[in-house]
Amino acid sequence: MSELIRVENLTKRFGDFEAVRDVTFTAEAGSITALLGPSGSGKSTVLRMIAGLETPTRGRIWLGQEEQTHTSVQERRVGFVFQHYALFRHLTVWQNVMFGLAVRRMSKRERRARVEELLELVQLGPFRDRYPDQLSGGQRQRVALARALAPRPNVLLLDEPFGALDARVRQDLRRWLDNLHRELGVTSLLVTHDQDEALELANRLVVMREGRIEQVGTPNEIYNEPATPFVAGFVGSANVLHGHVIDGHMEFGEHRVPIANDLADGIDARAFVRPHDVRVRAGGSGGGSGTARATVERIVTLGWLSRVVLRLGDGQAIVAELPSDELCDVGLGDVVAVDVRRALAFRASDVGRLAEFASVES
Amino acid sequence: MSAGFAIRRGGDRDAMFRRRRRAAVLRGMLVALCVLYLAVLLLAPLAGVVWQALRPGWRVLGDTFTRSDVVHAFTLTAVIALITVAVTTAFGVVVAWVLVRQRFRGRAFLNALVDLPFALSPVTVGLACVLLFGRGGWFHDFFAARGIQIIFALPSMVLVTIFISVPFTIREVQPVLEEIGVEEEDAARTLGASVMQTFLRVTLPNIRWGLLYGIALSAARAIGEIGAVLVVSGLIQGRTETATLYIYRAMEERQTASAYVVALTLAGVSVLILAAIEWVKRKRTREDEA
Repeated sequence: MSELIRVENLTKRFGDFEAVRDVTFTAEAGSITALLGPSGSGKSTVLRMIAGLETPTRGRIWLGQEEQTHTSVQERRVGFVFQHYALFRHLTVWQNVMFGLAVRRMSKRERRARVEELLELVQLGPFRDRYPDQLSGGQRQRVALARALAPRPNVLLLDEPFGALDARVRQDLRRWLDNLHRELGVTSLLVTHDQDEALELANRLVVMREGRIEQVGTPNEIYNEPATPFVAGFVGSANVLHGHVIDGHMEFGEHRVPIANDLADGIDARAFVRPHDVRVRAGGSGGGSGTARATVERIVTLGWLSRVVLRLGDGQAIVAELPSDELCDVGLGDVVAVDVRRALAFRASDVGRLAEFASVES
Repeated sequence: MSAGFAIRRGGDRDAMFRRRRRAAVLRGMLVALCVLYLAVLLLAPLAGVVWQALRPGWRVLGDTFTRSDVVHAFTLTAVIALITVAVTTAFGVVVAWVLVRQRFRGRAFLNALVDLPFALSPVTVGLACVLLFGRGGWFHDFFAARGIQIIFALPSMVLVTIFISVPFTIREVQPVLEEIGVEEEDAARTLGASVMQTFLRVTLPNIRWGLLYGIALSAARAIGEIGAVLVVSGLIQGRTETATLYIYRAMEERQTASAYVVALTLAGVSVLILAAIEWVKRKRTREDEA
């Protein structure tokens, strides 16, 4: 019942502006795939083209075995969830969920049973006679989801579904959606700019930037083996440090860190270091060749986690994140030993401006 | 220090009360001005019409409404108003939808053009109609050859009334369409609704109060129209005479009693429409607040 989604060389121009360019990826049947990117990266446009709400300038779209590039919205049988819910304001919850069944002329009894079932699923049975403006944001989005699922769509397309909700509700709803997906197994494509959301919900991530795909991979691959400096900076936070490549190591100040990727010796490079890959020990001595000394400039405690801003010998700042209880003997102004466990290096020329965007230094 | 502070605060309070009192007086004066304005410009003439209509006694009502030319005049006004409302409603919704939902070259110009009937004198509209359809006009021969009388007949009267009333519906529906946006329509389409189903089930219910408001306004306008109709009708008694034209003729012929009765009836209809508009407006704001 659930189908895969495939797009090939999808391109969309609005006048002179190329919103989407040569996007190709496959979302496997039954999985959740996230389109992740900053606003304006073209991810919503891709989703709208798959739904049939926009016509691609070039490229092809498959839903299941059939090519659907030129079919109408109605023929595609997709469920679409909008960021601002788009509930029919003049209809009750019950009538909203019923809508897709009524226009498809399902028999009355079947309709009723299906709406009951879905309201049960989204836990909104008692709210069936309410109008959308009598519901909270989270409830509205659940109605929108029930409405989208009611006609048994082949695929579910979610356009920033939690974008308009506050942090707490967003978290709850995310978990709830995860469970729902496990239960239903409908192929889903989720557009989001929230990396946590993408990492938590999706089996696969498609990272987009300026209308193009930067990288496609599992959450693990995207996080640990980012293909481009943009992905390294956008997904998860990273310190960006200036230095040189020497002998398979990244050297900055007195630091030498082995790097995963291959870069020629001597080139100007930028190291991307996750804050949790930075170790801090009290006392400025000891450690191996990778150890350097740094001064503690700022400590921010976020509950169990602490964020420490350190100044390295060569003047660069680096942020470390570590459990608060490991910090008990470290204070402001102390000189500490810093160990960088892992770093990814990119050519300085490839990183360019992005460094500012990616850096976690506050 | 603290005492000085308290005194200063007391002073502030007095000043505040004075300010409030002044504001209240000002407000009272403004309200009085409004009431006076309404009384002089609206209620006094209306009262005058009632007084004049009923001065000869109640009998005049029966006398007037049994006259065949009066009955015909009211019937004609009703027919013109009904056709006008039907056309402006359909046309108004379509034009508003195109202006809001479509992007095309010349949209701003078309949008400005919608207000033209508001700016033009109705007499000019009537004259233009005569120029187009009257003897020697561009379209005269086409219709004359087919035996269809346009000028000095119902078609031209309906035509000018439609022209004059059409902006109301457009201007009432447009902002509502603008405000509701396209998301609900997009949602309906993804749920399998056809273009027609989307319009009937989603768009129309969303614009209904704006549309009703526009309908009431165009109906009022159509019933009250005289200038343009006067020019194109040819004033043929019992044939092209609407209620407003009847009043016009009756005054000329010094049949003031029946003129006032007809005027009073038209005023009554206007008040009813006004009440309907008010009801619609309340309904709309109440729904917006809910």
